[in-house]
Amino acid sequence: MPGSEITLANDGPAAPPRLNGELAFDAPWQSRIFGVTAALVEGGAMSWPAMQSALIAEVAAADTAGDEDTNSRYWTCWLAAVSKLLSDAKTVDAEAVEAEQHRLAELYAH
Amino acid sequence: MTDHTHHGHTHDDHTHDADDPALAVEALETILVEAGLIDPAKVDALIHRYETEIGPLNGAKVVAKAWTDPEYRRRLLADGTAAIAELGFGGAQGEKMVVVENTDDQHNLVVCTLCSCYPWPVLGLPPAWYKSLEYRARAVREPRSVLSEFGTELPAETKITVWDSSAEIRYLVLPQQPPETLGLSEAELVEYVNRDSMIGVRVAGV
Repeated sequence: MPGSEITLANDGPAAPPRLNGELAFDAPWQSRIFGVTAALVEGGAMSWPAMQSALIAEVAAADTAGDEDTNSRYWTCWLAAVSKLLSDAKTVDAEAVEAEQHRLAELYAH
Repeated sequence: MTDHTHHGHTHDDHTHDADDPALAVEALETILVEAGLIDPAKVDALIHRYETEIGPLNGAKVVAKAWTDPEYRRRLLADGTAAIAELGFGGAQGEKMVVVENTDDQHNLVVCTLCSCYPWPVLGLPPAWYKSLEYRARAVREPRSVLSEFGTELPAETKITVWDSSAEIRYLVLPQQPPETLGLSEAELVEYVNRDSMIGVRVAGV
């Protein structure tokens, strides 16, 4: 995905979390979507088995497409799965999310 | 976690375009918070919990107890979910846990061929290699080569069984206790149980 390269700090608040010295996430958005998903499941707004199935489908599609197999790709699949579930269930309005995303892009461009 | 990481953006060192997943996540979170479906502080707390509190240490406690308490070992192998719950660990998502025991004759290796199903309550977040297509494909096809690449050489007569985790069943390997640790206490043994030994790609030991 273009634009997904993020320069990581080794220290400080922008540094990615590490688990046993090994990266579990290689960008802050990855841990963020993980946490958002966990909060949705815990709050009952999303079912974990449904999320698992959606993730499996996204990973299979990426495998089939032959996308480069990276940790980032995995979390991109995760994000796509969450977005699709929320949109399909009409929990959120996909257009509203997209509009917010464009608003943020504008905001950060200045 | 601070507000800084919360919104995750240092817009002075790189630019965003509308396809940036960081923006997609931030936009999604904003909408979910506005809808009252999630609380950002709760998201912070959950990330922190999975990173620091839930990890391989839980699994190591289970294994160390099984090494020192034959009755617990029996219960663990008979009903992993219940025996693990005895120690206070369990799947928030309610998956069934199955514990498979390594012996001289039998080695067990865990994979999820479809994605990344993993026993999170006892092992924390899966390592990057566990999610890779290469591991998912090769663990089933050529487990002995994969083990060898992890530095694990098994005798030719040891049988290798590969367990494919799913959304419903999560496997945890009960590694063999290193002979040099016989007689150590349960608390001391926890140190010898590494994460990879509970996935089955390595043997236990420091």
